[in-house]
Amino acid sequence: MFRYILRRFFLLIITMLITSAIIFALTQIIPGDVARLILGRDASEEQLQKLRADFGLDVPAPQQYANWLMGFVKGDWGRSFTGGNQQVRPLVLDRLGNSMRLALMTMVISVPLSVLLGVLAALYENTWIDSLISLVSLSVVGLPEFVTGLVLINGIALGVRGLGLPATSVVPQADLGDWIRQLILPAMTATFVLLGYVSRLTRAGVLDELKKPYVRTAVLKGLPGRVVIFKHVLRNALLPTITVIAISFGWLIGGLVVIESVYNYPGLGALLVDAVKQKNLFLLQAIVMVTIFFFAVANLIADVLYALLNPRIRLE
Amino acid sequence: MNGTPVIEAKNLCIDYKLGKHWINAVRDVSLTIQPLEMHGLVGESGSGKSTLALALMRYMAKNARISSGEILLDGENLLAKSEAEMRKIWGRYLSLVPQDPLAALNPSYTIGNQIAEITQLHQGLSWRESLRRAVEMLGRVKIADPEAVARKYPHQLSGGMQQRVTIAMALSTQPRLLVLDEPTTALDVTTQAVILDLFRELIRDNNAAALYVTHDLGVIAQMCDRVTVLYAGEVMASGTVETLYKNPVHPYTTGLLASIPRSIPGVETRLPTVEGVAPSLAERPSGCVFAPRCPAAIDICRAQKPTLDEFTPGRMVKCHRWPEIVSGELKLEFGSAGQPIPGAPPDDTQYVLTTDNLSKRFGRQTLWTRLTGDDSQFVQAVDDVSIRVRARSTLGLVGESGSGKTTLARCIVGLDTADNGEIVLLEAAIPNELAQRPQPVLRELQMIFQNPNDTLNPYLTVGQALERTIRRLDSSRTTWGAIQARITELLDAVRLTAEYANRYPAELSGGEKQRIAIARAFAANPALIVADEPTSSLDVSVQAVILNLLKDLRAKEGASYLFISHDLRAVSYLADWLVVMYLGQIVEEGDTSHVYGFPSHPYTEALISSVPPPDPTVKTGLIRLEGDIPSAAHIPSGCRFHTRCPRKIGAICEEQEPPWRDAGGDHRIRCHIPIDELITLQTGAPAPVPAEEGQ
Repeated sequence: MFRYILRRFFLLIITMLITSAIIFALTQIIPGDVARLILGRDASEEQLQKLRADFGLDVPAPQQYANWLMGFVKGDWGRSFTGGNQQVRPLVLDRLGNSMRLALMTMVISVPLSVLLGVLAALYENTWIDSLISLVSLSVVGLPEFVTGLVLINGIALGVRGLGLPATSVVPQADLGDWIRQLILPAMTATFVLLGYVSRLTRAGVLDELKKPYVRTAVLKGLPGRVVIFKHVLRNALLPTITVIAISFGWLIGGLVVIESVYNYPGLGALLVDAVKQKNLFLLQAIVMVTIFFFAVANLIADVLYALLNPRIRLE
Repeated sequence: MNGTPVIEAKNLCIDYKLGKHWINAVRDVSLTIQPLEMHGLVGESGSGKSTLALALMRYMAKNARISSGEILLDGENLLAKSEAEMRKIWGRYLSLVPQDPLAALNPSYTIGNQIAEITQLHQGLSWRESLRRAVEMLGRVKIADPEAVARKYPHQLSGGMQQRVTIAMALSTQPRLLVLDEPTTALDVTTQAVILDLFRELIRDNNAAALYVTHDLGVIAQMCDRVTVLYAGEVMASGTVETLYKNPVHPYTTGLLASIPRSIPGVETRLPTVEGVAPSLAERPSGCVFAPRCPAAIDICRAQKPTLDEFTPGRMVKCHRWPEIVSGELKLEFGSAGQPIPGAPPDDTQYVLTTDNLSKRFGRQTLWTRLTGDDSQFVQAVDDVSIRVRARSTLGLVGESGSGKTTLARCIVGLDTADNGEIVLLEAAIPNELAQRPQPVLRELQMIFQNPNDTLNPYLTVGQALERTIRRLDSSRTTWGAIQARITELLDAVRLTAEYANRYPAELSGGEKQRIAIARAFAANPALIVADEPTSSLDVSVQAVILNLLKDLRAKEGASYLFISHDLRAVSYLADWLVVMYLGQIVEEGDTSHVYGFPSHPYTEALISSVPPPDPTVKTGLIRLEGDIPSAAHIPSGCRFHTRCPRKIGAICEEQEPPWRDAGGDHRIRCHIPIDELITLQTGAPAPVPAEEGQ
């Protein structure tokens, strides 16, 4: 088991290295000269040179990559090209904090809900309950986030006083209640996206397991239905679901671009869009690295959890 | 037998929903099991025996229902009970020992946990106390280290151990009725014999009654007091095992019993067979369900349903013609039973195939193993095996699973590549690697696999599948007409009409698919056909048809077989020469009649002794192999068999490899015990005395 985790961790490092190279290559391809973009059309060649030297852009690309990677590992993530050339790191970490709060909130809502719906749909397979759950969960997945988001804002937030009106910024010293009020609507919108996948997967997993002879054994032991389902079936049925949930955590950290802009929520996704628009190289690279890191770690956790819950792998 | 029966089913009908219609699967079945009785329920696949057995526990698939009838448990009507009331009965008064123990255990919980939850539930014990009881139960099913096993997960145990666990589970309360649903079908004969002894002992000790469901007439004969024969969802016959086996009366029972292969040395005869296939539930004949396959069917059988009559006290039969059969006026003839099979005898001078010191080991060589010379990762599946297949003969290869017999076969046909040794086909050495074998070699070596369902491409018709083989391997036939003619010829050889060429595999029964697989193997006129358990997934009546067919074809086409099977009866019927393998090595070889007689290797002796004879008056042999076959990754020193050998003579068995001993007429045994001593041991003593250590 220890070797298993060690190997997975090693793979994680390699993944990070490869993606960092790809990201760097991509930023080189984006058209437009950064220096001219920052200084404007009228800048003299001298000024441009100075700025390039300032940001370390005057050396060949491989060396730029090496410098940036070394700096990144040491904690120097570079400076932003805009907003007074502030350090990238605190900016990204601040936004990361916001994104994680939203991701956690989404998980808290979506995982129990979609697992419950999935189990219900499986237990009442091919009845109206199953059809209704399928219909609802698939149709909310089908709707784009800006639609569900706007519906939620107009339908709920404007009706209920004090509930998470679109925020212009997140109040730093807010208490838990404030946090929840602020997060509930964006989290619900993200939940809608996940609901369909996770509940369908749970349903399929439970149906698969219900067919297996060990379920019959459990029933014929005389165990009550809830023990059969929650102790015997779910333990095995949720194994594939766990992987998907972990991967979607990665998506929640860096991929909520639309939801963050609908709610004007200051998360990583919104920052990423700004960085791309401004060709804000270091900022862009840092955000992508952080996102990838969370994807990879979420995956690692999923694999470890999967192995822990599955004795056939754990005891190999 | 008197008093209230433990379970009584009265006129039970069970329906299945197929699409939008309810189809009657089990029809008007009545069955009574008395206290302490072991009741056998025998039938072929699709006869509804498992459905019926589970229905007696009032457990049914989602798409099934009991449409009429009654089930009484100790006089109480189970059908009137609610789901919640049933939960108090399941596991407490009614227990199931399932067919496939690995699938029937939850992979994610320990053995102890899964047993303990029953006693916790039904006896209200604390969890700790329940776990202690679970360990105690594991001890009762003779598991050597119950505490360690209780902490293990199902996949860490062998098949035999898993089945012991399910028995421990079923008996952890004091059930009134145990339903045993083919509990030993997936096990080796040696393990089966041990498990059957255990059942007998524990069920009697527990004062339980049991319903034993199986297709194996030998097991029923050895285990049960009474038996019910099910065919197409209807009871054909029932009665005590003694009288039913001695005087079967019903044509189906007679046919089933007759079609069990038995070898009559020196005479090549055909097995009696029940021709045709069981009707599908949707299109059952309106008269007697067995009439289409019955050799004694007359007009009334096809027109009118017979009733289940009690022709002597305790014996029921559902047949219009039982009075004639009982009085002896009507003699039943099955197929071409007993007819000798023409054809030249095996040619002792010529060998179709020989292997010289063939070896195969599995495992990946890594830098680590190369540097350290650590070979514990490797599995020596086949170790230095030399066999010879004579022309027009059948070599039977037997051994438990894990003995390496299938790997040997795969090396011969090239599906695995042997690491060492030579394969000689028709007196010319052939490459071990499949890719290097020239076309004619591929043509001469064909294989028939165990499971016909997986070997035919579901998207090709039978004709297309055969055509492909002919085009690829038979260069003498190139025109469309010649190929079609050959397809018809091949189908005819396996007794199928030409019309089968247009069918898809899904439209065939298991036996028909296996016939197509045989036709395909013969398509290229091969010199040797390797058949890996070709009949073990088939029903008894179908198995007899396939065995006859293989014997006919051997005589007609002059081919030879390498026939692999764990079914010693089938092997002894077909094979002239037997090779017994244990842990990758041959331990005995010789003429079939010699190997079956005395002396034989203690392992062969145990294998033969473990087969339950399909005759209640003949008892199963007494020799049992305790424990499981060791892993081929850790082969025991000295004689490989010493860890389990009931005739071990002492330290020499552990330290030295046994020599080959000549038992006369090419019959060889690899054992430390001299031949004459083996003969005395095996013919003199009724039961083996456990070997004493360190003589």
